[in-house]
Amino acid sequence: MLSFELSEEQQMIRETVGAFAREQIRPAARPADESGEIPAALAAQAWQLGLVQGPIPESLGGNGDTRLASTGALIAEELAYGDLSIAAHVLAPRLLAFPVLEMGTDEQRQRYLKRFTGAAFAAATAALTEPRWDFDPAAMATVARRDGNSFVLDGNKCMVALAAACGTILVWAASANHGRVEGFLVARDTPGLRIGEREKNMGLKGLETYAVELTGCRVGAEARLGGEGGADFRRVMSQSRVATAAMGVGVAHAAFDYARDYAKERKAFGVPIATKQAVAFMLADMAIEIDAARLLVWEAAWHLDRGEDAHQESYLARNYVAAAALKVADNAVQVLGGHGYIREHPVEMWLRNARGLSALEGLATV
Amino acid sequence: MIDFEFEPQTQKRIQFFHTVAEQMMRPISREYDEREHEKPWDFLNAMWAASTAPGGDPMGGADASGQGGVKMRNVYTVAATEELCWGDAGLFLSIPNAGLGGAAVMAAGTPEQKQRFLAPFRGGQPKWGAMAITEPGCGSDSAAVTTTATRDGDHWVLNGNKIFCTSGWMAVEQSEGFVVVWATVDKSAGRPGIKPFVVEHGTPGMSVARLEKKLGIRVSDTAALVFDNCRVPADHLLGSAEVKRGGGGFKDVMATFDATRPIVAAMAIGVGRAALDFVREFLAEQKVEIRYGLSPRRLSAVERDFMEMEVQLKAARLLTWRAAWMLDRGMRNSLEASMAKAKAGLAVTLITQKAVELLGPLGYSRRYLVEKWMRDAKINDIFEGTQQINMIIVARRILEYSSKELN
Repeated sequence: MLSFELSEEQQMIRETVGAFAREQIRPAARPADESGEIPAALAAQAWQLGLVQGPIPESLGGNGDTRLASTGALIAEELAYGDLSIAAHVLAPRLLAFPVLEMGTDEQRQRYLKRFTGAAFAAATAALTEPRWDFDPAAMATVARRDGNSFVLDGNKCMVALAAACGTILVWAASANHGRVEGFLVARDTPGLRIGEREKNMGLKGLETYAVELTGCRVGAEARLGGEGGADFRRVMSQSRVATAAMGVGVAHAAFDYARDYAKERKAFGVPIATKQAVAFMLADMAIEIDAARLLVWEAAWHLDRGEDAHQESYLARNYVAAAALKVADNAVQVLGGHGYIREHPVEMWLRNARGLSALEGLATV
Repeated sequence: MIDFEFEPQTQKRIQFFHTVAEQMMRPISREYDEREHEKPWDFLNAMWAASTAPGGDPMGGADASGQGGVKMRNVYTVAATEELCWGDAGLFLSIPNAGLGGAAVMAAGTPEQKQRFLAPFRGGQPKWGAMAITEPGCGSDSAAVTTTATRDGDHWVLNGNKIFCTSGWMAVEQSEGFVVVWATVDKSAGRPGIKPFVVEHGTPGMSVARLEKKLGIRVSDTAALVFDNCRVPADHLLGSAEVKRGGGGFKDVMATFDATRPIVAAMAIGVGRAALDFVREFLAEQKVEIRYGLSPRRLSAVERDFMEMEVQLKAARLLTWRAAWMLDRGMRNSLEASMAKAKAGLAVTLITQKAVELLGPLGYSRRYLVEKWMRDAKINDIFEGTQQINMIIVARRILEYSSKELN
């Protein structure tokens, strides 16, 4: 029966993560953007929320929580409300942990999940995006070629978060045999895998991202995610899109709140600018778009939680949110006028971060 | 727990409404658009029969299953409205029922008045209820009405002009219906002085001056009414005659209409879905594939347009469902209802315009219904609160401003 009400557990998680985002993440957002660094202590604190080890089974040392895409979407939105770079940083280990959890062989689960059940932040990541203007997950240029009992990977990746700090990277590549995309768990020190310079981007400046080059990079057959059966890449992408979209809602919400408060404070012609329709209507439009965007994300997540295919829903939601978040962030800068352009206020940072949401894939997962 | 699936009973009824839309409305949609103001009596009589049958409801929903009513009345209503307006929005508005007049009676009337005025809608000949609030000189600022009601013994005497009264002709001249007329009993009192009066069909002094010729929803009559010393019994004033300063009365009733805005949003969504479904089937016939999942940079312009239409419609629908769901949960939904109405009205206006564009000369041709849907859609961006009025309501709520602070 139709319902827009979160479960009690979800409400609790939302409140906890939301409070962490407002109190811990937000104050660190600007310093991270300026310095390019996210304090290890902050990531360690976020780790305590159980963002990664939560759904890992107790038998492997995790909390054994039920993993729901809808809960994941709530978490991603709340964290991104604090800051997108920090959200992406603390969620990055999921990019490897969750596909292994859901689609890995027993052996892979044993081997790779235990590292996430300790008390310390365990860096991990996945390499998806490629440095091409028309990068398309459905038409991957990175190729995996079967060679006897091993696979040889070739291709270029970019925007790989935390790559330099990870022991293992989940590399997504198209099979030279049948074209389908498969995942490969590649140790960072594997010959043929080279991590490039840290990337410099317009936004998400606190997040460490790297180019990763694969040149004749040979891994054993046991590195293929899901073994002979492979992994459900379509579902991985749906989950990733829901997470990315949810983070977009968080960024938009942050920008809206800031602009609304500013517009009520700032006076022009003797009255708060929010009392002028030109400004009030911008804010109303922002509020409507944020709610619409969030509901699209929830609906896509709900399909995933029912075990259904959410390819279309997650794709449409992500594209909608990417555009909406950019528009909302741009409006926020506009509401602040010249002050919005100054780095003293966070809205210009949110505009830069929001822009990244439409350019990037595979930033997080639910 | 979040859930986007309707309860089984509602799903079943939506199926029924879809059949009505497809088999009874679509086949006559073009004909009655062209014949403007002529009524398809076979359809109207059938809907009346369904609505007055045991288990029927004002939408014409027949519940032959014997499994009892739906649990979420407002969610059911928006879902049913979408289906019927997928069929034809003008025909939907023409279905005989107490309509907005009935809503006003429910919002402002005493229990006795509700019984007295609404009982006739449970049987007999088809009837219409209508509401008259807009005047030639005031629309969105409904508090500025100039129609007067003057007490004379046991009667109120109404004088003034009303326009844009949906189904006014049907209520006044074509059936034994009624119009709820908003008039001021005390001009100096402003809003609190504005009261609703039930004026029954055939009351001397009330007449239909003309029927408007419109861009769309042409089968639905939009009447201009004249009240010239129109005398109604004192007990036709809904609720209390007392003029309470500082709120109450008018404001509370208007709040009720805020809450019904999801229904108008659902009307828009029905029309938008009609256009979207048509374009989807058309493109499929032309072998134009919509490739979901591709990099947006590799999509064709047609694919991007289509996906944009699709997701905009979905966004509007989710906002609408939420507003209706809140009402069913007894939550105040003024903000969410206005969000839904503002979003749906504009989104569907643009979706239907894009549908015409995508089909080129075929979209512009009256051979297909797409051009009609574009004309029909626009009304949803205007009536029951224009786009701009809804934006003001949203803005006031999010900024926590009164109507004095933000106007």
